[in-house]
This record gives sequence, C-alpha cells and structure tokens, in this order.
Amino acid sequence: MNKRLWNWHLWAGFLLCLVGFASFPFFARFPVTRDVPWVNFLLFAIGGAAFFVSFKRAFGQSQQYRGKIAGPILGTLSVLAVGFFCYIVFYMTRQLPVSAGAPHVGQKAPEFVLPDTTNQPVSLASLLSTPLVGTQMPPKGVVLVFYRGYW
Amino acid sequence: MAISVDTPETSRDLCRKAGYTYTFLSDPKAEVIRRYDLLHQGAGVNGQDIARPAEFLLDSSGVVRWVNLTEDYRVRARPEQIIEAAKALK
Repeated sequence: MNKRLWNWHLWAGFLLCLVGFASFPFFARFPVTRDVPWVNFLLFAIGGAAFFVSFKRAFGQSQQYRGKIAGPILGTLSVLAVGFFCYIVFYMTRQLPVSAGAPHVGQKAPEFVLPDTTNQPVSLASLLSTPLVGTQMPPKGVVLVFYRGYW
Repeated sequence: MAISVDTPETSRDLCRKAGYTYTFLSDPKAEVIRRYDLLHQGAGVNGQDIARPAEFLLDSSGVVRWVNLTEDYRVRARPEQIIEAAKALK
C-alpha cells in the first residue's frame, strides 16, 4: 500500500484550478485579461490536463499510483470551481438592463445638475461651456461615463 | 466626467487614490441615472439601485456622437475607443 507513488499531477491539477479561480480579481484589474479571461481559462486547461494524467495513473496504473479516493474528490471540487467561474463570467455579469431609453446617437443628452467631489453643483451645460484649464476655448466635447460605483 | 451613486466623499477618496483629475459627480438617488434609463435595480451589494456601465461622447452642443452600452459589466469601453470617436469631433 505505502509503496505506491504520490500522484502529484492530481494536486497540481487541483492547485491550478484553484489558482485559476482565485486569481480572477487580480486579472480583472487589466482590460486585456478581464474582457476575455484567457489567463484563467489557460490555468483551467493546464489543470485539466494534469487531472487527465493523474486519473489515468490512479485508475489505469493503480498498482503504482495513489489517488483513487483523492482524485474524484479534488476533481469534483475543481469542476465546481470552474463551473462557478463560468457562471460568473458568462451569465452573472451579463444580467444588465437593456436601457432602450438611453440617449441615442444624434439625440441631445438630457441636462442635469449634480454635486461634484467638493459638493459644488455642476451642470452638463457648464461642462460643455467652461474652457479647459490653460485654454480660452470651450471643449470640443464631453465624455459621460456612468459607472457602478463603490458605494 | 463620471457619474455614479457614490457620495462626493467616496468619489473624492477614489480620485485621490487613483489619481483621477476629471470631474466626478454624485447621483445618490439615481435621478439622473434614471433619466438616462441606465438604472440597474437592486444591483448594489446591499440591493441598492445603481447605474449600469455606459459611456457617451457628446459634442460641444451636447448631442450624443458615440455611445457604448456594454452587455457585460466586466467589459467597458477602452480609452482608445473613446479617443478614436473623439477625433471625429469638430
């Protein structure tokens, strides 16, 4: 029993899936790895390959390798982690309102007045007409960015 | 400029930490967000109503020249896209 070799591919696969899942907040900080979370999927793929090798060893060469019990447990946990990851990136973050009534190209953006970070009221009209710092001319345009916020 | 339901204090902290120098406006009751039909009901951490991500480029007369309404809130407009759209402004 104790002579059987440690099936390290199993733990490598599990670790890769875990890291692939847990590293998303880090990779989400950069648009190139957030818009399509390819680094996470790459980690899952390598983890899956390691699992494949480990299962072949655990069940095909069970005289030589361990992992018949740990394999299915770690495998199930990894599938759950990858499944939850897919649920987040393919479903959860896409549950957005359609916003069909949002201003379209060619429409005038509705006027508003809101407080800035110093609690001073700022209107859209003032943003469009106030010259930029160091110039005499009003800006050529304004970018409005609505974001979810940090609450 | 940027708009969210965050308070001026939260936005001030954000600007200080991230080094943003453009205007941040607060719409805690989501009145303007609602007027723009960008309300995402109950999507905040504690079920508050917040804004869905959206970016608009307005010309000097306040007319929308370019808009981005993402279908996935992980995916936002990139600065290059907005700069490219802004090149068409006169």
